[in-house]
Amino acid sequence: MTAVTTHTLEEPVAKSPPGPAASTARRRPGRIRRAGLPYLLLLPALVLELLVHLVPMVIGIAMSFKELTQFYIRDWGTAPWTGLGNYRLSVDFHAPVGEALLHSFLVTVGFTLLSVALCWLIGTAAALFLQDAFRGRGLLRALFLVPYALPVYAAVITWVFMFQHDNGLVNHVLHDQLHIGAEPAFWLIGGNSFYALLTVSVWKGWPFAFLMVTAGLQNIPGELYEAAALDGAGMWQRIRRITLPSLRPVNQVLVLVLFLWTFNDFNTPYVLFGRSAPDAADLVSVHIYQASFVAWNFGTGSAMSVLLLLFLLVVTGGYLLVTSRERRTSDG
Amino acid sequence: MRSIRAAAVGAVTLSLALTATSCGGGSSAGGGSNDAPKTLTYWASNQGADVAVDKQVLQPELDKFERRTHIKVKLEVVPWPDLLNRILTATTSGQGPDVLNIGNSWSASLQASGALLPWDAGNFDKIGGRSRFVPSALASTGVQGKDPAAVPLYALAYALYYNKKVFADAGIARPPATWDELVADGKKIRARGISPLGAEGSNVSENVHHVFVFAKQRGADFFTADGKPDFTGPEVVDAVRSYVDLMAEDHVIPTGDAEYAQNQSVSDFAKGHQAMLLWQSASANLASQGMKDSQYGVAPVPVRSGTPGPGTQVDSMAAGINIAVFRNTHNLDGATRFVKFMTSDEEQKILNKAYSSIPAVTSAQNDPAFGGPADTVLKNTLATSAAALPQVPAESQFETTVGTAVKDLFADAAAGRAVTTDSVRAALHKAQQQMPAA
Repeated sequence: MTAVTTHTLEEPVAKSPPGPAASTARRRPGRIRRAGLPYLLLLPALVLELLVHLVPMVIGIAMSFKELTQFYIRDWGTAPWTGLGNYRLSVDFHAPVGEALLHSFLVTVGFTLLSVALCWLIGTAAALFLQDAFRGRGLLRALFLVPYALPVYAAVITWVFMFQHDNGLVNHVLHDQLHIGAEPAFWLIGGNSFYALLTVSVWKGWPFAFLMVTAGLQNIPGELYEAAALDGAGMWQRIRRITLPSLRPVNQVLVLVLFLWTFNDFNTPYVLFGRSAPDAADLVSVHIYQASFVAWNFGTGSAMSVLLLLFLLVVTGGYLLVTSRERRTSDG
Repeated sequence: MRSIRAAAVGAVTLSLALTATSCGGGSSAGGGSNDAPKTLTYWASNQGADVAVDKQVLQPELDKFERRTHIKVKLEVVPWPDLLNRILTATTSGQGPDVLNIGNSWSASLQASGALLPWDAGNFDKIGGRSRFVPSALASTGVQGKDPAAVPLYALAYALYYNKKVFADAGIARPPATWDELVADGKKIRARGISPLGAEGSNVSENVHHVFVFAKQRGADFFTADGKPDFTGPEVVDAVRSYVDLMAEDHVIPTGDAEYAQNQSVSDFAKGHQAMLLWQSASANLASQGMKDSQYGVAPVPVRSGTPGPGTQVDSMAAGINIAVFRNTHNLDGATRFVKFMTSDEEQKILNKAYSSIPAVTSAQNDPAFGGPADTVLKNTLATSAAALPQVPAESQFETTVGTAVKDLFADAAAGRAVTTDSVRAALHKAQQQMPAA
């Protein structure tokens, strides 16, 4: 999701002083042509946008009203319409499908909140530590960005090896060397899988927070800190009263983007756990994948996706509303 | 002015071109054509130790086919985790290969989708007739009473592979023939610090293959005669529990195997860390990992008592690979000729030898090349004691739901939580609820 700010430029032609009527009449076709040109030039982009974004979304929404099972996938047109059937199935929390979806949704919410909070905390802390110049700062900055730059599959499959029960690095360190726990733990199956997933997600996500906050810090004028220092403010006070408020616009976007990415993340759980994730780490994106591809029921899968889309729209809308109102009150 | 007009014309043209190309990708719901008689696209499944091995095995044969028919075959070896998704995507879009391999247990599910060319008597005649094929392999080509969705290509069966040296050191004279013997032998082996038996606890398909056989040995099925899921009958619950108990109760499968899904148990066996392995036609795989034929023995999978046979003495699923023609092919004649070529006696011998599988064609199966000790066990199993997985449209969902239930039960066992009849029944009940209502 990208936020696009558009500046409405006033048409320079409109500002030109009104000339004699005859010349205006003669110039009108040319003016229409000139005014229409930008729209014409936008047309390819608009058509592409329609094709790439909107058409698949509309098809997906249409699919959610169909009984699109293995018997019909070869020719979608023949799949019977089910009205709200797929939605009713998805939100009937007393039946197994709805219950499983609700469970998966709650796991995802908990996971996302924790992951975003930790990513933001670690990223911000690291950015603050690296704010002042010192020897090796560039190296550290580059090093911190490595998890973000690595291809997802290569990074996560390495974690899979590290989390293995018998000869993984994690158990070797925790159990063999630090003697934590009587038995080596399982990380990729059972309840611990949640923590494994959280670890990988935070490891992969915090460098982005670090990058954004580092960029945001460059915009805070040094005089503010100098003035605060003269007033006798300590480090904590400077962070609380100057750094964090100045970072607010950055943080607003950062938290939203992290939230959406983490909530929708498919690659990490899929590479970690394969097509059937353990209950404790059953994120909603993989859950929907399983409902559609593994159970061959693309109608239900689409209905779940649409529900997810609605939820994210509501959250995003609410978030933007609240944060923009806050900003207005703090500005005013 | 001229440049503005040029830009405008360019923009309109580009938009029109984009719209036109996007509409051009639609699917034709027709039944195949002969528009492209000189080429074929073939999706092969990954039968060798890795994709490169498959290319080495198949390419010379495809070249041979091209010399004879002047049809060029474009080969793509699709790894197992992707194959079903690729087929589903091809089915949905109508854009796919001309010929493809499928796991034989998917036959009925894919048959229901209508993506594959049905093999009626006329089509079978073009490849030499239905009677050429081994009956047990033909049983896994689709719902009974319907024209098969595919033709058997490679036949596979489970066998018990055991490390001869470990058995000799533990003073075990012959491989176990019953599960009780296997558990007793396992205790002796474990006492020597070696893990007795391997399993792929997180591989859902593997789990289903085993619990299917355990259920058969109790005279039970996962589906009723009219194709409805029935996972919670007492025999089925007992079957699943007994399989998981190999880890939970009998400790012959080490707890670490609960998270195996990438054939780690095969390499454990090949390295000598593990005494026994239940696997489909593992010889070629073991050889590629450096284990010599002389180091291991091959025996039938244990039964509850007596010897393997039909009914409750079943000891393997009738595993195998089928070859199918995609219904939307652009080279129907060429595709049929290619299937005829791949199922010819000559190719059956070459390919099955390379993959250590058993020919799906009777005449090739009787060749002395398939008379070694391992092949004899597999051939006997296929002929007498292998049963086809349920041939129902919901088979693929069955593998996912029941396979996941067993995976979760293994996870319980590995974490030291009790696996009881109740917990097994609850897991299977949940699996059954997730099955489509049809």
